Amino acid sequence: MAWVNAIIEGVLTGGLYALFACGLSLMFGVMKVVNLAHGDLAVVAGYVAIGIITVTHVPVLWSFLIVIPVMAVIGYVLQRTVIQAALDRSVLTTLLVTFGLSVVIENGLLQFFTANSRGIGTGLALVTGAFNIGSQIQIAYLLVTIFAVAVAVLLGMQYFLSASKYGRLIRAVADDKEAAQLSGADYRHVFGIAAALAFATVALAGIAYGMYSQLAPTTGTDTILLLAFAAVVIGGLGSLWGTLIGGIVLGVAQQIGAQINITDEALAGYLVFLAILVVRPQGIISRRAGS
Amino acid sequence: MTGTPLLEVRDLVVHHGQLRALDSISLRVYPGEVYAIIGANGAGKSTLLRTIAGLHRPSFGTILLDGLFLTYLRPERRAIAGVAMVPEGRRLFGSLTVEENLKVGATYARPGPWNIDAVYQLFDWMPARRSQRAAQLSGGEQQMVALGRSLVANPKVLLLDELSLGLAPVVVHRIYAMLPQILETGLTVLLVEQDVSQAQRVATHIHCLLEGRTTLEGRPSDVTAEQIEAAYFGLAGTAGALPPSDATGQPGGGSESTWPG
Amino acid sequence: MSLTTQTASQPGASGGPGRPGAGIKVARSQRNVAWTGGVALIIVLVLFRLPYIVYAGTTTILVQAFIVLTLASMWNLLAGYAGLVSVGQQVFVGLGAYFVLILALHGFSPFAALPVAAIGCGVAALPLWWLVSRLRSGYFAIATWVLAATVMLIVEKFSSIGGGTGMPLPGFAGLDPTQLTADTYWAALTVTVAALVVIYLLLRGRIGLVLTAIRDDEVAARSSGARVGLARLLVFVVAGAGCGAAGAVLAISQLQVQPGAVFSIQWTAEMAFATIIGGIGTIEGPIIGTAVFMVLQQTLQNFNAWYLIVLGLVAIVVALFARRGLWGLVDEQLHLRLFPTGYWLRVPGGNGGRGPIKLFGRGQSS
Repeated sequence: MAWVNAIIEGVLTGGLYALFACGLSLMFGVMKVVNLAHGDLAVVAGYVAIGIITVTHVPVLWSFLIVIPVMAVIGYVLQRTVIQAALDRSVLTTLLVTFGLSVVIENGLLQFFTANSRGIGTGLALVTGAFNIGSQIQIAYLLVTIFAVAVAVLLGMQYFLSASKYGRLIRAVADDKEAAQLSGADYRHVFGIAAALAFATVALAGIAYGMYSQLAPTTGTDTILLLAFAAVVIGGLGSLWGTLIGGIVLGVAQQIGAQINITDEALAGYLVFLAILVVRPQGIISRRAGS
Repeated sequence: MTGTPLLEVRDLVVHHGQLRALDSISLRVYPGEVYAIIGANGAGKSTLLRTIAGLHRPSFGTILLDGLFLTYLRPERRAIAGVAMVPEGRRLFGSLTVEENLKVGATYARPGPWNIDAVYQLFDWMPARRSQRAAQLSGGEQQMVALGRSLVANPKVLLLDELSLGLAPVVVHRIYAMLPQILETGLTVLLVEQDVSQAQRVATHIHCLLEGRTTLEGRPSDVTAEQIEAAYFGLAGTAGALPPSDATGQPGGGSESTWPG
Repeated sequence: MSLTTQTASQPGASGGPGRPGAGIKVARSQRNVAWTGGVALIIVLVLFRLPYIVYAGTTTILVQAFIVLTLASMWNLLAGYAGLVSVGQQVFVGLGAYFVLILALHGFSPFAALPVAAIGCGVAALPLWWLVSRLRSGYFAIATWVLAATVMLIVEKFSSIGGGTGMPLPGFAGLDPTQLTADTYWAALTVTVAALVVIYLLLRGRIGLVLTAIRDDEVAARSSGARVGLARLLVFVVAGAGCGAAGAVLAISQLQVQPGAVFSIQWTAEMAFATIIGGIGTIEGPIIGTAVFMVLQQTLQNFNAWYLIVLGLVAIVVALFARRGLWGLVDEQLHLRLFPTGYWLRVPGGNGGRGPIKLFGRGQSS
């Protein structure tokens, strides 16, 4: 029965990983930017949420409403300034700049918040309660909620990309930004919108992660970035739903690893990731038409 | 034709790194014209068009659209001002459908007679294929979609870069046959064409480039085949070879070309 | 289309069809740099004498500097010349340290283990290369990161070499501390000098040509027969060995090996930032960058994470606005190259006062 619980938990955490991954996938798919600071942004969002809750004592859910839009704006500004400048130089430069940002953010967090990890706690039954199926299977409400939110976000993104004006522009710019310019689109602005979306989703994921687990300054790179990237690679670049499948595969692999040996949870995930990179770099779902 | 030119280029100099790709090019395109730029490979034709569209920065010179200085505007601002280029190689948004490609073209459209339905009327095969991914179309079909994508923006001047490249002659013919319909709606066309005879058939004005310089200009009726050949290949010593190097691009001015003799 | 080269305008520069231009020479460096080579030699000799002159505290700091300089030079070789941005070089730092530990546990002197660790890491680089070689830049970076994390987790499983907490390095019992400090210093200096020499010779030779060709146009390079894959593999192996050697020195200088410390991403941060600030793509760059790094570290060492924050911010600014780093700024003004690896065309008449023409070699805008 422990295995069944583990698999279920693995599948549900896959939703969380997909939330982390979709922003990364978006930025890479549209701007060809590998944002090495992606995980750290989630941690920043979590810390800001903690800060807001501590200072103003608003309910946890309000922190989502405040942090996510702010992160979206930060994403737009960062993309239009620093990241665009790096993109204009070369691929190498974007890697270096995002790496630099990652180190700066992590050490900044370390400096101001110490290395201790924190969680976002609430007394809500929503967070602490669980479904009980029979006497052996427990499924935490929180996980189910996160999974549901993840699916909703992915659905929303898919709808946005396929049916809205900016969604179309994003896909067009991703295909051929010069041709998009010839049709009147300022690709830098479109990149900014895509970055704003990516930052918003990763902020959502970061706060959720803070509720599910603990956040520390290095969690961004230790855990989140690799998880996000692994989910993207496993699921295949360019596919939104692929990130969900990738997240699920990753989550399940981790839980299986944990069942074998509790300290092997992370290792199992990495090994699956490396295996996919070697065997099939395109991932399980290769790029489909228009996500 | 007299009056103010719709599109004017003055003394344009463009470099590719250290290479001088265009050397003091000047031209004037008047409303309603079909202005054809011909020349061998590497003559600078596409560079000229791309510079007008804004994808390339000139080292010197001026570009004017209806009196508006385009020279340092970004490509998307020029598109909004009324310059629409159908780029070499079609450059459709491959992962988008036919209709989505047109919708993108219409996103920043100026008011005017062209819209998606009008494009569907012009290319009668398109409505049935509107939901197909652009990458799955044939070369000719893609060319027509690319043309439609530029038309829905209701531009003032339409730039066509090597329409015939990679397409069967029959298809090229069919596309060029639509030019009159397009012109009827008030557009002006500036095109680059490798196929000289095709250009001659549709153009109201011909401009030949060789190694970045203007070697010939004039109305098709005023220019002989030998003159074009000489200008195209840069053959010195043949009848009516290189013109004065300061071709001012005055079209017509009577019925003479700028050729001596 | 007129090619605006300076040569063509030189009177007498071209001797007409069929005859090479009179007086044009191809040189390896812009000025005669034999004297800078001599200066370098003197510096190295002085450095070797240092333990006899200064306090142990200074040599310890210098050991740190040498480690960072070696790492930065290797990272520069990978990223600046071969275009491989690795965010996981710490895997070799760790492996180098553990090679020394394992050998010391079996009775070898840690110092004797050093060259073995370097070679071992070079060999270990081969299967790792097989795993990541086909990946493009972004994927490559992340994959190296994952590799480092994976290797660390695997290494931590073996309690015989310290497990997750690490263990002290045996083999130093009975050594006089002052002697040990001096020996460590010399080992570090030797590693650094060897690393720089190897890199210099590598880049000056055919591999350097191939790497430049790849950087300019990979497809053209491949089709003209350049062994692109082989060149990259060689660079990756050399970088692995170099980082491994640095890791070995690290273990010796720390007198212990802890997985969290030797496999830390911080090493990549330090080597990358030092290289970027100093000047990516030049051999001199990492030297300057390391100096900047050490100054920052010593100044801010009471402020914990600040030196990395400042370093990171400076690196970002440099990467965006002074792409060739501090050395690039110097190079542009003085046209100085201590480690000449490019080719210059010397034209009689000094090319109208403009100096020799750079044919290729690092320094082209990219």
